[in-house]
Amino acid sequence: MSDKVLQVNDLRIRFRNGKETSQPIRGVNFHVKKGETLGIVGESGCGKSVTSLSVMGLLPIKTSEIVSGEILFNNRDISRLKEKEYRKLRGNEISMIFQEPMTSLNPVFTIGEQLSEPLRQHKKMSKSEIRNNIIAVLKQVGLPRAEQIIDEYPHQLSGGMRQRVMISLALLCHPKLMIADEPTTALDVTIQAQILELLKEIKVKNEMSLMLITHDLSVVAEMCDRVVVMYAGEVVEEAEVNELFDRPLHPYTQGLMKSLPSNNERKSKLFSIDGQVPKPSEIGEGCVFANRCPFAFEKCFAETPPAFNRGKHISKCWLQDPAVKEVMQNEERSIVNS
Amino acid sequence: MTVNIPKVTHTTQSIKAKKQSAVVTFFSNLLRSWTGMVGFLIMILLLFISIFGQWIVPYDPLLADFGKKLLPPMTDGHLLGTDQLGRDIFSRIILGARVSVIIGLTTVLIAGTFGTIVGIISGYFRGWVDVILMRIVDVQLSFPFILLVLVINAIIGSGLRNIIISLAIGGWVIFARVIRSEVLALREKEFITACVATGVTRIGILFKHILPNLFTPIIILSSLQIGTYIIAEASVSFLGFGVQPPEPAWGNMLNEGKDYIFSSWWLITFPGIAIMITALGVNLFGDWLRDTLDPELKGE
Amino acid sequence: MIRLSGDPTALFLPPDAPREQIEEYREKLGFNRPIYVQYGDFMVNAVQGDFGQSLRSREDALPLVLDRLPATFQLAISALVLSLLISIPLGVLSAFRRNSIFDRIAVAFTVLGQAVPSFWLGLLLIYFFAAQLNMLPSGGAGSITHLILPMVTLAAYSVARFTRFTRSTMLDVLRKDYIRTAKASGVPTLRLIGRYALKNSLIPIITLVALDLGTLLGGAVITEVVFAWPGIGRLLMQSLMNRDFPIVLAGVFIIALIYAVINFIADVLYAYVNPQIRVK
Repeated sequence: MSDKVLQVNDLRIRFRNGKETSQPIRGVNFHVKKGETLGIVGESGCGKSVTSLSVMGLLPIKTSEIVSGEILFNNRDISRLKEKEYRKLRGNEISMIFQEPMTSLNPVFTIGEQLSEPLRQHKKMSKSEIRNNIIAVLKQVGLPRAEQIIDEYPHQLSGGMRQRVMISLALLCHPKLMIADEPTTALDVTIQAQILELLKEIKVKNEMSLMLITHDLSVVAEMCDRVVVMYAGEVVEEAEVNELFDRPLHPYTQGLMKSLPSNNERKSKLFSIDGQVPKPSEIGEGCVFANRCPFAFEKCFAETPPAFNRGKHISKCWLQDPAVKEVMQNEERSIVNS
Repeated sequence: MTVNIPKVTHTTQSIKAKKQSAVVTFFSNLLRSWTGMVGFLIMILLLFISIFGQWIVPYDPLLADFGKKLLPPMTDGHLLGTDQLGRDIFSRIILGARVSVIIGLTTVLIAGTFGTIVGIISGYFRGWVDVILMRIVDVQLSFPFILLVLVINAIIGSGLRNIIISLAIGGWVIFARVIRSEVLALREKEFITACVATGVTRIGILFKHILPNLFTPIIILSSLQIGTYIIAEASVSFLGFGVQPPEPAWGNMLNEGKDYIFSSWWLITFPGIAIMITALGVNLFGDWLRDTLDPELKGE
Repeated sequence: MIRLSGDPTALFLPPDAPREQIEEYREKLGFNRPIYVQYGDFMVNAVQGDFGQSLRSREDALPLVLDRLPATFQLAISALVLSLLISIPLGVLSAFRRNSIFDRIAVAFTVLGQAVPSFWLGLLLIYFFAAQLNMLPSGGAGSITHLILPMVTLAAYSVARFTRFTRSTMLDVLRKDYIRTAKASGVPTLRLIGRYALKNSLIPIITLVALDLGTLLGGAVITEVVFAWPGIGRLLMQSLMNRDFPIVLAGVFIIALIYAVINFIADVLYAYVNPQIRVK
């Protein structure tokens, strides 16, 4: 038995739009352990949201397709489950919090009506039990006047409160895995901190795993145990959080770190990585990051790098190839010698 | 002076190039949508027969021949048969197209111009003028369009000119309403604010910046309204007002034909099909135009 | 208004009537007074619900119109109910099975349905069901069979328009974030569409239906004429033909009043389904 709640192995997803196809996810591997917070980091369009939606089974049926790979949830492959079977998992064992609290709640139903849905679908409960449960969870996420809020409509609540409601919606059935897709991006800075604190707290209390998707490295540093860095539909680096911040191996991760505004010094200019993420249609042979990489050499454009392990620190970069390293060291030596 | 000349030629050239590319984009867009293409072709056909119809009709559409009355289609060289007075139905439908086209286009021109002017005045100058004009629009909008046209037409009398006037009186309010809200939205746009900040006069802003931006909504609304007007005219003529016999209009042909519904089906069939195809073509083209020019409105 | 269309006295008296008789008639009806006095009088009376007497039958205009109200209501409401019963499920299904054969047929039908003038559809229905099949009466009123053809005729355009609108609204709603949230809560598809998406779509649908009722009432006038249905529309048409303007004005006034009442009801309904308005 493994201690992994979720395991994604070599996942490939294809999108179809008319006759055009694109592959936003090309061979993604990662796992989430029990009780752990895994951060998935990357720029917008790198495929982090598509990955999370595929775990939830929420990809649009007609236009997307899982080409290969598997998604193991508690050692059971759920990637090819029938819709009916999947429904038993959603909101029950796996739940999700979305980026936009303002639009993610239905404006014409009360909070109570919407929150009763997971319990209705997954638990056998009477109406009053459902109501008591909801009130309890609303209190747990720190909402004042839970007894009144349950009968109010989303538009009567602030953005921070709505995100708390969304969290309680995800929490109701005591899921084993909660996916949070940019849960604080749309919120004010002070409320962001509160919501992150709340997520930390309920994760421990409910003994669940958290998969936190974000583009914000400071959120990662604050929240996560382990981090997966995604770029253009691939996982380019994976490591424990301290290890990653101390010794980022992939040039892309290094770039991300450099682009963080530092607290210590005021730089006159913020660092940014040149160029843009290639579109899925533009990706051919070689490393996906090669066209923007300051260290790229011929091999990077010719061959796709495999994942190089260094203990538990994995990165997909030719610079980590022992053979390449040797050559480079020799070159360095020869430069020094000459 | 001499310096100015090349400059002028240059601009006209670039305008020409721009126009040409606009035409090219128009057709390449059109070719991609078969519904838009069908609509466009129907409209071209309609325009063609309304201009050249009098030379392509096989018979005089007004010539009665009692010896040949109520002939079924495909007899004696009458493609669609003859009516109760022995007139050739095919010829009458061809000439009826002209009535529909004239009415559709003229009405949209009159109602559109008047409604647009009212909408601009209302939306741009606001204040009590806006209040009064919009109150009038509201009151008129509380009457069903077709009923209003019918009553106005009954009061001012029948005939081609009067049905156009009636339709225009009934139809301008839609233009006023839509253009007003467009102008109101435009007023709030940053580039207008920028103009005000740089000291462009109100009239200058109106003619240089607001009017050009109204072009698209006016075109879209006009193309969608033409179909409404054509069907409304047919309805009014069918009820015995509007275009009067013997002048052939699809509506009054149906009106005359309805008395023979139990014996001669062709009298009520073909003019109706003509109306349907026309309305279909105009609607398809209008929908396509809206979807292409204004993607935000797509769907409805 | 009455004077604009020429002197109505000419219509009610033989052309060779002696001059004194014409003058007497005009005086009795008040046509000899200046036009602004006539207009002022008319407005004052109309506001009090008095539209004067029918020029022809010498009865009060308003009761004549009100007598016809039930028949028009019967036709309009049954057509409205029929069109809603057909169009909303059709539009929802069409949106849900987007781009399927069913959807394509439904869309083609709505495009075609909006191009068919209702009076022509009425004629075709009479031809098939009354003239050819002899199944249904071609006109008149009295039994449920009399209602069927006019009802279908009047409903057809609304069915096309409402189906199309329901479809596009539904497509719009199905893309919304809150629908994804409901899916993520494990809500089954049927419940998702029937309970969640439908209620969101109802807000714009109610607005459109209310706006379109004017068209429906206008269509009722024409349909009543085609099927000799004894409602306000037919009375209105006869009065227009006879230049019996007190009745015309009373009829138009009543129709505008109905339209206003319907819009008020729509506002109430709107507030009922849209909590953002209700709570404020």
